[in-house]
Amino acid sequence: MSFSAVNILGTMPEIYLTFFGCILLILETMIPKEKRSWLAYFTIIALVFAMVASIGLNGKGLPLYSGLYIVDPFSNFFKIIIYIAAIITILFSLPYLDQEDIHLGEYYAFILFSVVGMMVMVSAGDLITLFLGIELMSLCFYVLVGLKRDDNRSVEASFKYFLLGSFTAAIFLFGISFLYGAAGTETISGLAGFISNPGTLKPMVMVGMILTLVGFTFKVSAVPFHMWTPDVYEGAPTVVTGFMATAGKIAAFAVFLRVFWVAFSGNRHDWDILIILVSILSMAVGNIVAIMQTNLKRMLAYSSIGHAGYALMALLLPNRESLFALLFYVFTYMFMTVGAFGVILMMRKKGVEGEEIEDFVGLSKRHPIAALVMLIFMFSLAGIPPFGGFLAKFYIFFAVVHAGYTWLAVVGIIFAAIGAYYYLKVVMAMYMKEPNGSVVFHSSLMGRIALALTAGTTVILGVYPAPFVAYIKSSLALFIP
Amino acid sequence: MVPLSWYVALSSFLFLIGLVGVLIRRNIVIVLLCIEIMLNAVNINFVAFSKYQHVIDAQIFVFFVITVAAAEVAIGLGIIIAIFRLRETINIDEFNILKL
Amino acid sequence: MFSQSHPEHYVPIFLFLLVAVGFGAVSLTVGKLIRPKNPYKDKNAPYECGVPPINDARERFSVRYYVIAMLFLVFDVEVVFLYPWAVDFDRLGLFGLVEMMIFIFILLVGYVYAWKKEALEWD
Repeated sequence: MSFSAVNILGTMPEIYLTFFGCILLILETMIPKEKRSWLAYFTIIALVFAMVASIGLNGKGLPLYSGLYIVDPFSNFFKIIIYIAAIITILFSLPYLDQEDIHLGEYYAFILFSVVGMMVMVSAGDLITLFLGIELMSLCFYVLVGLKRDDNRSVEASFKYFLLGSFTAAIFLFGISFLYGAAGTETISGLAGFISNPGTLKPMVMVGMILTLVGFTFKVSAVPFHMWTPDVYEGAPTVVTGFMATAGKIAAFAVFLRVFWVAFSGNRHDWDILIILVSILSMAVGNIVAIMQTNLKRMLAYSSIGHAGYALMALLLPNRESLFALLFYVFTYMFMTVGAFGVILMMRKKGVEGEEIEDFVGLSKRHPIAALVMLIFMFSLAGIPPFGGFLAKFYIFFAVVHAGYTWLAVVGIIFAAIGAYYYLKVVMAMYMKEPNGSVVFHSSLMGRIALALTAGTTVILGVYPAPFVAYIKSSLALFIP
Repeated sequence: MVPLSWYVALSSFLFLIGLVGVLIRRNIVIVLLCIEIMLNAVNINFVAFSKYQHVIDAQIFVFFVITVAAAEVAIGLGIIIAIFRLRETINIDEFNILKL
Repeated sequence: MFSQSHPEHYVPIFLFLLVAVGFGAVSLTVGKLIRPKNPYKDKNAPYECGVPPINDARERFSVRYYVIAMLFLVFDVEVVFLYPWAVDFDRLGLFGLVEMMIFIFILLVGYVYAWKKEALEWD
């Protein structure tokens, strides 16, 4: 491979962010503690810079580095979501990190590095690049989850996540090794050519496929590999939880989709039953277990398992409609989930977060605006019109019906109805009861901007989705044959 | 030539040893070692397949797996130190504050 | 080279193993037969560079060893990428050199970070 300007230009956003991350690490050791908030502004500028660079690259379907790396509208769409999620996370984190006494410069560097990892994931054209992206993201997350070094829950969550994460990474790699052994290539398009006609090596392909499926279901936290999700979401600092639950999961969906739709499109009928099973189980476990939770972060963790179940249904039939439904779903999911975690982290009681559902009792009497914002997120997550979450579920169910799985859509709607109960429980607590505790809603200017952005987008996605629909439709090009 | 199936059998056994070790051992440092065994089983697989497919790119993959494994161990040791400072134990069964 | 159809290719390895085991066994047995026997307490004690042992070796290691191990691990494994580059240095040319410089630069950032964070200090 020789030097080629196209390759460098195509990966410019990733190069920027890696460079800025390195600078942040050095700056962190030099900047005095009071001025740490400058690092946050610096990070936001870096992300905006990379976003502009990514938008500039839009519309070009480029296989770079001899096919190892693909920059197409599909990957750019996911990169934009990841940037927005990261920017909103940084906006939320400024007063929060100080309140929790974890305002470290490394936090920003790790956010940037994990963003780079996700970008590599969504652009990967080869299983090596894919694995490196997943690991870069995960390694950053392991550290970010354990950021509260003096908190037992945080460190324990980090440890559990690390152990299970590296365990599934090994299983995932074992799967890749079998796929490579059968096909003799690791590029996703090369695998596609082999898998459509595997001959006598079909068992090897099946083993590889199932093991990679294990890796992906772990990363999108779908049942039966969801056990880490509630613990990690509860133990991690809430800003990190919000970031993991959105950006990390969405990037995992992007690679899941690319690998299964491109590489495994040839043996679709071998894996669609597995996807149906995982999807139904995720919806069932996510929605039913969430009802019993008293901790809101844990409840949202189960809710995110349920949402993984809905989104997985869109993977069943590789066509434009399903792809559109999935992209719209993850787009909406990002705004409402990161916003809901944002409201939780602004609830303070005597030095800790108000993360129990108890703490939200009577919020509408004391902070009507905060309660209204939370209501928007809860209604949207439950899929109640006129919010974005309703439309997202609607598109998914429609795509599933058109794919010929009407019964699956019915199952999904039943679980969505069950799920609405626990979201409404939070709304009931906020609006129907008298306030009792000593919980205060503590917001900063940046936090309010982020809440306005997420809540506003959630509403607009529901009442006037046309511009977003047009944008997402433009991202479908070049991907579906 | 030693047949390919021998290599695959070897790596599968190593992988299973690591897998069972992760599931049944209670000492977290040993569990970390078992994960390393699993990764090395994968490396054997890659090198063997690469030799028999006459394509070299899986051997490059092995380099990356080695590096990633090192980074993973570094972070794992860091987390183990952090959790040991708080709990004074390295027994997995005692990490149960978060209900599973 | 070594193939199943020619098991005789393994004969040198077998001979080598035989010699290795035999040399150890023979020298130990001969030594045991001809040396004088005069055991006493100080002679039987294990020693650390000639100094009498202070306490049991199976104690808990200081946590700092693990920090050093972490740093060593990361800066040691990087060599895995330097070797292939060195082997094919001529063909990779300027592009390879620049790329390796970037790689080393990123490692250097980590090194400076560890230094500034006083991870390299013992106390």
